[in-house]
Amino acid sequence: PLSERAPTIGTNEWLRIGSTFHSLHAIAAEASPLRLLGNKNAYGADDGIEEINAGGIVLKSFQTRTGVKFVITADPGTADIDYVLREIYVLYTDCALKDPFYELEMPIRCELFTQAVDLLIERVEKGGGAYHGSSKQR
Amino acid sequence: MSRSTPNILDRPLGGRGARSEGSVSTSAFAYLYSELVQYHQSRVASISELERRLESSGYGVGLKVLELLAYRAREYKRETRLMNILQFVSSAVWKSLFGKAADSLERSIDHADEFMIVDYEPITSMYVSVPSDLGQLSVDAYLSGIIAGVLDGAGFTARVTAHSVTLEEHEVSANNAPNANSSGSGSVNNNLPPRKDKAVFLVKFAPEILERDATLDR
Repeated sequence: PLSERAPTIGTNEWLRIGSTFHSLHAIAAEASPLRLLGNKNAYGADDGIEEINAGGIVLKSFQTRTGVKFVITADPGTADIDYVLREIYVLYTDCALKDPFYELEMPIRCELFTQAVDLLIERVEKGGGAYHGSSKQR
Repeated sequence: MSRSTPNILDRPLGGRGARSEGSVSTSAFAYLYSELVQYHQSRVASISELERRLESSGYGVGLKVLELLAYRAREYKRETRLMNILQFVSSAVWKSLFGKAADSLERSIDHADEFMIVDYEPITSMYVSVPSDLGQLSVDAYLSGIIAGVLDGAGFTARVTAHSVTLEEHEVSANNAPNANSSGSGSVNNNLPPRKDKAVFLVKFAPEILERDATLDR
């Protein structure tokens, strides 16, 4: 979903990207020379990949205490990505988890969730920057 | 001499953070209700069956709420008039359950025995997105069960159904203004997109009730 400038990708692509990222995240956590004790901070867990900076893209990931990861890609230099990630987490708990028709681990098809995320991105985009996409997986 | 802290099951709901006694977080209710819906959904084969089960879950609540409110209001006469009991439901019952009165109470033009109670933000469907293959399902059936319980307990047999009606243009803007100003107790999280529909509870009374009300007029 999101910004018009973002390329649209089909669901299968998302699933593939998601599972690739999940594996990379786990490998990074294992490869880290430091094992953080009690690695849960106020918002979520601390291990694993948090940010990937490349030429034309920055990818940030946010992991919750339960292992759900929110991944967002954006233009480099976009501000407030962490804020957006945390807000998406709040929206996830509100719209997806409280929806009796959402099954855990399945792609999120809750209309309320997509609308709320769209609204959030619009609201943040007015403050500048462009977001390319967000995916969520366990 | 005070007793030691009672068992957690005997303590009133709400705990230390409750602003007034007897209030519970919306999230807690939302999760519990979501489980209730999923529980029934796994045991039924059709949408109307699911709605009927939700309604009967609410029915018991309605009966008890009626008794409780009547006791607390210390009114010694029970309602016998149609309009009065409807007013009671849309204001007193709504206030005690949701913190505010229902948004409107209307009489249907086409049918003399139908009334509508409108709520723009029913608590049961605040976070629910009904998938398209379940079409007309309204999870507010639980609330219509509550209304039916109150009415039946008071002696007015009625059939109550819940419908989601798309908001008209003027209602959409009217609702977004109060939501922007509200804060604190029991109000909506402002991150949610504005609702596009309102919940209308259609109350259809049995013919005997209307006759009885008409004779009382004389």
